[in-house]
Amino acid sequence: MGAISETLVNLWQSSGFSMLFDDWRNLIMIVLACVLLYLGIVKKFEPLLLVGIAFGMLLTNLPGGGLYHPELWDAIMDGTKTYGAVLAEGGLLDILYIGVKTSVYPCLIFLGVGAMTDFGPLLANPKSLLLGAAAQLGIYCAFILAVLLGFNGNEAASIGIIGGADGPTAIFLTSILAPHLLGAIAIAAYSYMALIPMIQPPIMRALTTEKERQIKMDQMRTVSKKERIVFPIVVVIFTVLLLPSVAPLLGMLMLGNLLRECGVTERLSDTAQNALMNIVTIMLSVSVGATTVGSRFLTASTLKIVALGLFAFCFSTVGGLLLGKLLCKLSGGKINPLIGSAGVSAVPMAARVSQVVGQKSNPTNYLLMHAMGPNVAGVIGSAVAAGFLLAIFG
Amino acid sequence: MTVTLAESLGYSILGMAVVFVMLVLLMVVIFAMGKAMTQGKKRQPAAPAASEAPAAPVPAPAPDPKAGKVPARGSLGDVDLHTVDDRTAAILMAIVADKMGAPLNELRFISIKEIQ
Repeated sequence: MGAISETLVNLWQSSGFSMLFDDWRNLIMIVLACVLLYLGIVKKFEPLLLVGIAFGMLLTNLPGGGLYHPELWDAIMDGTKTYGAVLAEGGLLDILYIGVKTSVYPCLIFLGVGAMTDFGPLLANPKSLLLGAAAQLGIYCAFILAVLLGFNGNEAASIGIIGGADGPTAIFLTSILAPHLLGAIAIAAYSYMALIPMIQPPIMRALTTEKERQIKMDQMRTVSKKERIVFPIVVVIFTVLLLPSVAPLLGMLMLGNLLRECGVTERLSDTAQNALMNIVTIMLSVSVGATTVGSRFLTASTLKIVALGLFAFCFSTVGGLLLGKLLCKLSGGKINPLIGSAGVSAVPMAARVSQVVGQKSNPTNYLLMHAMGPNVAGVIGSAVAAGFLLAIFG
Repeated sequence: MTVTLAESLGYSILGMAVVFVMLVLLMVVIFAMGKAMTQGKKRQPAAPAASEAPAAPVPAPAPDPKAGKVPARGSLGDVDLHTVDDRTAAILMAIVADKMGAPLNELRFISIKEIQ
């Protein structure tokens, strides 16, 4: 009888239930993970990533699982342990996290994004690149504000990049500059990307007149196959020579696009767009979610990051719109300033928002393809901004 | 790395400038690339033009079904019609748009040819 009760007590003590109340923060994180799962599954907020992130968050905060060990990564950062220790002592999510820490996942995601992206609208209207540049304003505004709020340079740069509205870029930069903030920054970035249809329209309406929103843009020219093939090669040579730190992101983005456009690698393009993209998305999202250990995530810094992320998104939208208005004036009213807000990358959500807002003012207005130009330019712009911050703080 | 407010302002101005310079240069490169390619395209058809379709689009109210290709004006450029009359071409384009679930003005038809 005594042996049985002792076994039951041991069983209870080794179970997660007995450890669940050791740290109240784990309980809050489990509730938060369930809320994020609800938002991803029911409200469809960036479900492909948010569901994985939320599940990673859930797994890492269930006590006793031993899937992720933040102290192991601290030791690696200090240099007291090497990556070999992860294989020897780490859990499943520690091993998956190596792909984040070494920037392999964000770069592979960019390969898939490149294979899925049609740069035709950008090639047809290269002025879109200006809007893609202007919409990086939020990155630097949030950077300054983060410094004001007491973050150091590396942390402020990682927080600022949320304004680029590009998840893989944010993860790429943060995993190098401020890995301890990775969970909060990734969640803020993807949550706000999902909320773009709610964040952008009020700003768009406030900064543009009804007359400007009604502007119909001319049909774009046809882009030849040759131009589409040469474009990724020219971009990669040009940008990497100018700013070598953008090589991992833009190199993979342009390789993916070349696979799509060259016409002789359909199978590789298909793999990059579908199978590879899906596999990496699962690993990336779960391992990023795993970094949100309650004791480290539930801090004042996280709340500040969430607020700064929203600020960054808003100012990026403002930057794109203001340059859109300027181009509208300079072109004699031929450019609808609404396409400027699509300069925050978030492909294709931001372009869709430009289309919807434009169509509300003029139901015969089709801005989608015009907005896709600044939208894909924003991807290049945010990668360049990340490359610059990496060159300064890396 | 600790950064002061003044430094953060400096980095931000420099960062924005780098992004703009990079993308403006890229814009110039794309403009030049587009110009070079469209000029090359214009030069190419000069020799065999006689046997090909006329350069200017022709409305072609009732083309002879036995004739060669006839360009017809569409919402997205011109469509080369090969032994197909306007009415049949319009019906075919409407069917394709319907099957694809896409508005006709967002589709680009290059040529329509009857296979015999």
